[in-house]
Amino acid sequence: METKSIMIVGVGGQGSLLASRILGNVLLSQGFEVKVSEVHGMSQRGGSVVTYVKYGANVYSPVIEKGEADVIVAFELLEGARYVSYLKEGGHLIVSTQQIDPMPVITGAAQYPIQIIEKIKALGIDIIPIDALVLAEEAGNAKASNVVLMGVLSTKMGFDDNLWQKALEECVPAKFLELNKKAFDLGKNI
Amino acid sequence: MKKLMLGNEAFARGLYEGGCKIASSYPGTPSTEITEYTAKYDEIYAEWAPNEKVALEVAIGSSIAGARSFCGMKHVGLNVAADPLYTVSYTGVNGGLVIAVADDPGMHSSQNEQDSRHHAIASKVPMLEPADSAECKDYVVEGFKISEEFDTPVIIRLTTRVSHSQSSVKVCPREEAPLKEYVKNPQKYVMMPAMARGRHIFVEERTQKLIEFSETSKLNKVEINNTKIGIITSGIAYQYAKEALGDTVSYLKLGIVNPLPKKLIIDFAEKFETVYIIEELDDIIETHCKKLGLDVKGKELFGFIGELSQSIIAEKMLGKKLDYKEFPESVPVRPPVMCAGCPHRGVFSVLSKNKLMVSGDIGCYTLGASAPLSAMDTTICMGASISGLHGFNKARGTDSEKKSVAVIGDSTFMHSGMTGLVNVAYNTTNSTVLILDNSITGMTGHQHNPTTGYNLKGDVSAKVDLESLCRAIGIDRVRVVDPYDLAETEKAITEELEVDEPSVIISRRPCALLKYVKHKPALRVDRDKCKSCKMCMKIGCPAISMKDGKAEINHTQCVGCGVCMQKCKFDAIGGNE
Repeated sequence: METKSIMIVGVGGQGSLLASRILGNVLLSQGFEVKVSEVHGMSQRGGSVVTYVKYGANVYSPVIEKGEADVIVAFELLEGARYVSYLKEGGHLIVSTQQIDPMPVITGAAQYPIQIIEKIKALGIDIIPIDALVLAEEAGNAKASNVVLMGVLSTKMGFDDNLWQKALEECVPAKFLELNKKAFDLGKNI
Repeated sequence: MKKLMLGNEAFARGLYEGGCKIASSYPGTPSTEITEYTAKYDEIYAEWAPNEKVALEVAIGSSIAGARSFCGMKHVGLNVAADPLYTVSYTGVNGGLVIAVADDPGMHSSQNEQDSRHHAIASKVPMLEPADSAECKDYVVEGFKISEEFDTPVIIRLTTRVSHSQSSVKVCPREEAPLKEYVKNPQKYVMMPAMARGRHIFVEERTQKLIEFSETSKLNKVEINNTKIGIITSGIAYQYAKEALGDTVSYLKLGIVNPLPKKLIIDFAEKFETVYIIEELDDIIETHCKKLGLDVKGKELFGFIGELSQSIIAEKMLGKKLDYKEFPESVPVRPPVMCAGCPHRGVFSVLSKNKLMVSGDIGCYTLGASAPLSAMDTTICMGASISGLHGFNKARGTDSEKKSVAVIGDSTFMHSGMTGLVNVAYNTTNSTVLILDNSITGMTGHQHNPTTGYNLKGDVSAKVDLESLCRAIGIDRVRVVDPYDLAETEKAITEELEVDEPSVIISRRPCALLKYVKHKPALRVDRDKCKSCKMCMKIGCPAISMKDGKAEINHTQCVGCGVCMQKCKFDAIGGNE
């Protein structure tokens, strides 16, 4: 099969590492060759962070480039706009409507763009905006918005729900499992 | 069993399976996790050394003692460890010695983009380069064998995309390597001129044997698909090439990047109409090929700067470009910032306000160079803040001494700042040095160091007393401040700049991200009192923004440090008393 490419983008500290572990786990259990690539260190300190997940029969480069992604999951609205160029024709952008001002906006050197969702729609891109923060709070903790977004992603992947549940069990500590399963379901059922 | 593993995790697994007994390293992105994962194996003793030179010397000692040994670092760390490296090349080993060096093409988290293959060539040490996690593990096991068979240390070169990508690895059981007998052998291990001359002859002979080995080693792989185009490549560049070009071309993938084979390369190259060399950073394989008289294409297409990728290769070789749609407006950049509650913020807020010349160093606090704090003039390498300030002040005299400071973190100070401070005291400048003691090695992800009182395994250890150390070095004026207290911090800096002797100010407050640190409730802005003066915005806190013309504090990010409260002249921030 052709290699599939999924990107998880957000702001350092938003929990993309757990999200990519859950996804990687699901893919590996399907027998795919999987590569997950992330960057650690300085860029994690509140900077823009990207995780690349690729799977298929043979995966070579761990990196995804402009025009290559099948799905992008953005944990923050501006990051969705930043990486929209990485989508391939017919790709999907799942984006949390949460907004976090980057430092140039905080200092007044730049403006946070307005009507991002409308502008992306106008490009003819399939965008799925979701208030993941509110759903995560509904599940019991704002920090679970990463798992809410994995729930949304699961609707675009076509894998058996059991695989996702198993991956959650393997990746999430037992005491947070119920909360995260609820967050996942809320995302899945939007 | 197959597992998804980071390259660094797989490397650690290789150390385990390869019978490694001793590991000594200094953290540095993208190499850090190798040693962290290694520490999880009870069969391997693992430690954080104060710097890479010490770490490599420890590993050399344990190798001479007969144990399979490891030392890991990032690319610039190998510069620090270069002194022992160039001579352990002469002594060779007893127990196998594997050294990991992680290069950072693209400089995701580094101050330069050096290609560490140069060190392997210059020190005449063999270097292997894996291209994914499975190879990371296998090359370590193979590296120990090469090390012992050829009596040489072996460097394994990683790059960010190999270190920090997960791919599947088949785990195997550990093969114990019993401690080898130690026999006193000054001809081999005492490198004074008479003995070293003999060992240099050995090194040159060893290189010839290693070239012969590389001609037929299974680490160098040939993939013939057709006879039109041949690609010679190594490491992650192979993955990019394979993705861009697939089976339309043939490959020579070099797993041994030093010394490079001759016959293998010539035989491969002669099969093709055109041969391309695809390598990240410098033109090492290309230069080798040209020395062999081969007509190859490489850097004129791919350049010397940054990471390669499948799209760069597709564009340069095939003229292919993918279509994509851009967001129609410019998207503000999101650079890394000091975290909310970062103890460094208070110090940099004072330095910025007083417009001081700041001699900087390597760590999270290097972010103090960014707007809006913009309070850093120089950053060169680990430890250069203090020695650099001494030189700056020697050149510019008393006026400069009263307007300049050095800033350095606790771990960086232990790494190589101490010696600079010795020089300040010994050769006297009235320099003011700020040790930003956040009680952890922050940027690389919370590693212990000799000032934290814990070792890599998390056990209680001896703890360096920074105040006593600075006094022992010969600095009489040593004081401690809390960087959350802006007035106290400013008073200390102003006073120490005024006095005519060197001084150290220790700014002490643990990293806000440490689990044991208890935070106060989030602060709030009283919108009626807020005059929109934006003084609170000058500290560059990611939790503060302007909303509808007034300052607002994000309650999920704020940890109640109170630095913004002290900046506000209208008493508009509070609410966590």
